[in-house]
Amino acid sequence: MISIDNVSKTYKTRHGRRLILDKVNLRLERGHNIGIIGRNGAGKSTLIRLLSGAEQPSSGRIHRGMRVSWPLAFGGAFQPHLTGLDNLKFVCRIYGVDYRPKVEFVEEFTELGIYFHEPVSHYSMGMATRLAFALSMAVEFDCFLIDETMVVGDTRFHERCHTELFVKRKDRSFILVSHDANEIRRLCETACVLHEGKLHAFETVDEAFEFYQTATL
Amino acid sequence: MAGTAPRGSLLKSLTVQARVIHALLMREVITRFGRENLGVLWLIGEPMVFTLGVAALWSAAGLSHGSGIPIVAFAITGYSSVLMWRNTASKCNAAIHQNFNLLYHRNVQVIDVFITRIIIELAGATASFIVLSIFFIAVDVIAPPVDLLEVVGGWLMLAWFGASLGLVLGSATAYSEIVDRVWHPTSYLLFPLSGAAFMVEWLPPLGQKVVLLLPMVHGVEIVREGFFGNTVHTHYDVAYMATCCIVLNLFGLFLARDAERRIEPP
Repeated sequence: MISIDNVSKTYKTRHGRRLILDKVNLRLERGHNIGIIGRNGAGKSTLIRLLSGAEQPSSGRIHRGMRVSWPLAFGGAFQPHLTGLDNLKFVCRIYGVDYRPKVEFVEEFTELGIYFHEPVSHYSMGMATRLAFALSMAVEFDCFLIDETMVVGDTRFHERCHTELFVKRKDRSFILVSHDANEIRRLCETACVLHEGKLHAFETVDEAFEFYQTATL
Repeated sequence: MAGTAPRGSLLKSLTVQARVIHALLMREVITRFGRENLGVLWLIGEPMVFTLGVAALWSAAGLSHGSGIPIVAFAITGYSSVLMWRNTASKCNAAIHQNFNLLYHRNVQVIDVFITRIIIELAGATASFIVLSIFFIAVDVIAPPVDLLEVVGGWLMLAWFGASLGLVLGSATAYSEIVDRVWHPTSYLLFPLSGAAFMVEWLPPLGQKVVLLLPMVHGVEIVREGFFGNTVHTHYDVAYMATCCIVLNLFGLFLARDAERRIEPP
């Protein structure tokens, strides 16, 4: 189970401290999923960073009883000077996974060809995104953090990601953050709306959707 | 640790930490030195080029100081000692900024990033010190150390000091960028005061008192006493240096833990 208890996050600005998340609460059981809708700048990415552990909350507690992924397809979590293969090795070492059985999947999924052995800094945007996604799949997490706004790529790539994540790994948990309410509606069991620092929880996705539309008009 | 998942027993935590540091070491070495040209050898090569350059300059300038100390040995012991604390501190200073993205991985903590850089810098400086010493001893330019154990002891003290200083300065950058700006000029100012280019004995009494406030001066003096034996007069206080290191070390650990909460994406 993942639980967020009374988590607040403030950032320093020139006009004093700015409250981004205000006493947010969230609970996610193993095998379940949740969608978080919010406008641009509502604090979605901040929430994802806190969940991944890249940043610590200003107050409150985050409990992770599952293996939580880094934000999915987030390219920054790997190293531009290393090759695709080196990055795979690096990530596997960090998580204590043997990299050898994963090489085939990553090569096949990323379709990098000879670029698999080139530094990531030589990759195109699309190649880097494919690698980032494949690496996230190489380590078997219990819960995936998905920041929809960061996943770029063509339709085919989206479909393949969709298959890997929501079909082959449908027993896993995920937290999907998006400003696209339709995406959340399609994929999530329940949904929350992040609005003006508060996280509003709803029983059904439709209720969340309704609130989102009226609150953010 | 507040806000993080329980990680089971201490042993399990240590296993995770060892694994993470191993991964970071591999990555850091490849990133910094690459696979082409000399690759990992640059780890030793970088400090070696510096030390050799300084030794050559000092020899050419004929700074024999009238003390009878062989200039090459003097330069190697002096400059290698500087690398021990200056490089660790400088690399740790930039560590959070350059590695922020790694913190997206649950297992990677700020302290791991520091430990990795400290290990690399200390290993590089130590290896270059050993290689240079052996080389010059083999070609008969310098005499072997009189008391090897004492050299090792002094060297370990310098390593401890470098690691502690790195922890403090590295974590402090999470509080303010001013730390980074102030450190650069400070490290240049500290260089001539650090005992690299003089023996404490050569200074007037007041000067001796002042420079001996700097912990690294004691370390260099120990290394030189081990190297040159009774031909030099040394001034040091192991207890004083150890106290400084303990205080810095604990303060650094405390800051590194607190920095974890303060870090913001660049």
